[in-house]
Amino acid sequence: MSKKSFSAAVIAGAVATVVSAGALTTVSTTGAHAAEMEKCYGVALKGENDCAAGPGTTCKGTSTVDYQGNAWKLVKKGTCTTMKTPNGMGSLEPIKS
Amino acid sequence: MTSNNPMSVLAPKPIPARAGVGLKAEHYQTILETNPDIGWFEVHPENYMGAGGPPLHYLREIAERYPLSLHGVAASIGADQPLRQDHIDRLKDLNTRYKPGLFSEHLAWSSHDELFFNDLLPVPYREDSLERVIEHVDQLQSHLGRQILIENPSVYVAFASSTMTEIAFLEKLVEKTQCGLLLDVNNVYVSATNQNYDPVAYLDAFPIEHVGEIHLAGFARDEDDEGEILLIDSHDAHVADAVWDLFDHALVRSGPVPTLVEWDANIPTWDVLFAEAMRAEDKLKAAAKHQEIRHAG
Amino acid sequence: MLDNQLSLAPMPPLIIDQAAFSKGLLDAQMPTPEDVVGPAKGKKANKRYNVYRNNVIVGLTESLMATYPVVHQLVGDEFFRAMTPVYVRHTPPVCAMLAEYGQDYPDFLQGFEPVADVPYLPDVARLEQAWLQSYHSADAVALDPAALQSVPQEQLGDLVFSFHPACRLIRSDYPIHSIWAAHKQDDPAAHMAEIIVRPEDVLITRPGLEITVIALPEGGGAFIAALMAGKSLADAAQEAADHNPAFDLAQNLGGLLETGALHSLNVA
Repeated sequence: MSKKSFSAAVIAGAVATVVSAGALTTVSTTGAHAAEMEKCYGVALKGENDCAAGPGTTCKGTSTVDYQGNAWKLVKKGTCTTMKTPNGMGSLEPIKS
Repeated sequence: MTSNNPMSVLAPKPIPARAGVGLKAEHYQTILETNPDIGWFEVHPENYMGAGGPPLHYLREIAERYPLSLHGVAASIGADQPLRQDHIDRLKDLNTRYKPGLFSEHLAWSSHDELFFNDLLPVPYREDSLERVIEHVDQLQSHLGRQILIENPSVYVAFASSTMTEIAFLEKLVEKTQCGLLLDVNNVYVSATNQNYDPVAYLDAFPIEHVGEIHLAGFARDEDDEGEILLIDSHDAHVADAVWDLFDHALVRSGPVPTLVEWDANIPTWDVLFAEAMRAEDKLKAAAKHQEIRHAG
Repeated sequence: MLDNQLSLAPMPPLIIDQAAFSKGLLDAQMPTPEDVVGPAKGKKANKRYNVYRNNVIVGLTESLMATYPVVHQLVGDEFFRAMTPVYVRHTPPVCAMLAEYGQDYPDFLQGFEPVADVPYLPDVARLEQAWLQSYHSADAVALDPAALQSVPQEQLGDLVFSFHPACRLIRSDYPIHSIWAAHKQDDPAAHMAEIIVRPEDVLITRPGLEITVIALPEGGGAFIAALMAGKSLADAAQEAADHNPAFDLAQNLGGLLETGALHSLNVA
């Protein structure tokens, strides 16, 4: 297989492409737009900050009881069961690249 | 992002004798967009100890517009072990940066050895535990360089070895440390129900002149081993009618005091939370009027 | 209120109370501590003491539910609430900053046999952990692309970059970005059914307040991993191309700049 080689000229060419791209003359501090990025750099998903802010302390108690369910005997009822894979529902083997 | 440095020091704003609410991430945007006419906000400092990001940004934006109170849940002043230096250093750092109008903690413990249990665990009311709580409140007040308020807890159990009442314990604590008190009226109702005593008598005996803040919240209903009602301080519902009545009763003695509505689970929309705070605010206004009349008379 | 003042037994030292009280919080087999009583003498206090057990175990389980919402959805509420207390009892927090709790929960999932049939679960959890770290990390200015223009051409290959403090890379043999993204939309189950099984490398950036989660193009994961390890631009590009011949340097370098993944540059 023919290997790509990154000479100074190849790198300079890539950098020139990057810095000349209009979108990059200013980097928005709130991140680039997902639609723009999808064209050139993978698939982006953003936001979610305010409805999923992670855990925090509170000074409340809970009326939910830890009923000590047995995870070894329980059936998973979440979305993992809907992912169809070569090995059946909810399970898959990695495909090495 | 604004050019404001989220780490810089804010100007202090005293907490007015109005209603406030516990600040939740779900409401950051609405508050900043609509500037609601509410007296103040309160947060748990533990949730703002990160290095940066949206939590610190939003807290700063809101603290620039409204008075802020810090209400710690993890100093573990009721612990039989020394306060954790790293934790009280972080509290001091937040106190320095945000200059909160009030700073409060709980009569409870939440850490043992190196573990943090994330709950307000009960303290037996005895001389030896009192001594330790006094030591810890003294230490925290001198570390922060300010007075703190200590909140009466919701309790689910009693200790056979207790030798004094909760009120006697709090009175001695105030006398020895000059700390103030945070009167949680929902906790009074929850504890009184759970321990079979009269919440009105408790309020009448409470050292009300040391109360710097009042808390209100909703509770959940459960039952104990004997099938008797056991209330849980769940902060997941409207303030109960019985608790509003107790609040009225407390205000007769205290006059208007900064009052917070806490709602930490099943968090409602901003409008619902705001309306709950306004119900408290109406009562504070009535208490202020009542006080004027009494003074005039 | 209480009428135990007449007890003649010597007062037990406080340290025993809290040691016993805390031990029982994590171990449901422990009896209710002796000193713990109900509202009147002789009344049982087991369910009362259990309120504290629930507060601790359920409270910390729900805290991890907030850190790992997609893991929660993937296995379902009942399963999550049965599985997570196993971790909580074994690894309770050592710090009151709950945002830092559960960083090794993905490793727990990796070794927890009942989820062995969901092999992508630990890596989805790693993505969610990285998201939370990015959310709370220090704020910093992203590298201005113009900085590259001032570097002499012959030195470009020797450039090394420092990454923005909120930037994280997660590499996986599974399509974790697709799985994660499916749960940020309506009807996750329908999106899950469409996912093509393949490896995905994910970049998380937060140059300002908003987090961006990106599935990287070919060779992107290897390229960023090499840069993060301190390798020069030329060496990192070479590694990425060796890893995947379709690697496009301009696309990947442009992406890093555009998403605010980089903080500063230096000539090695």
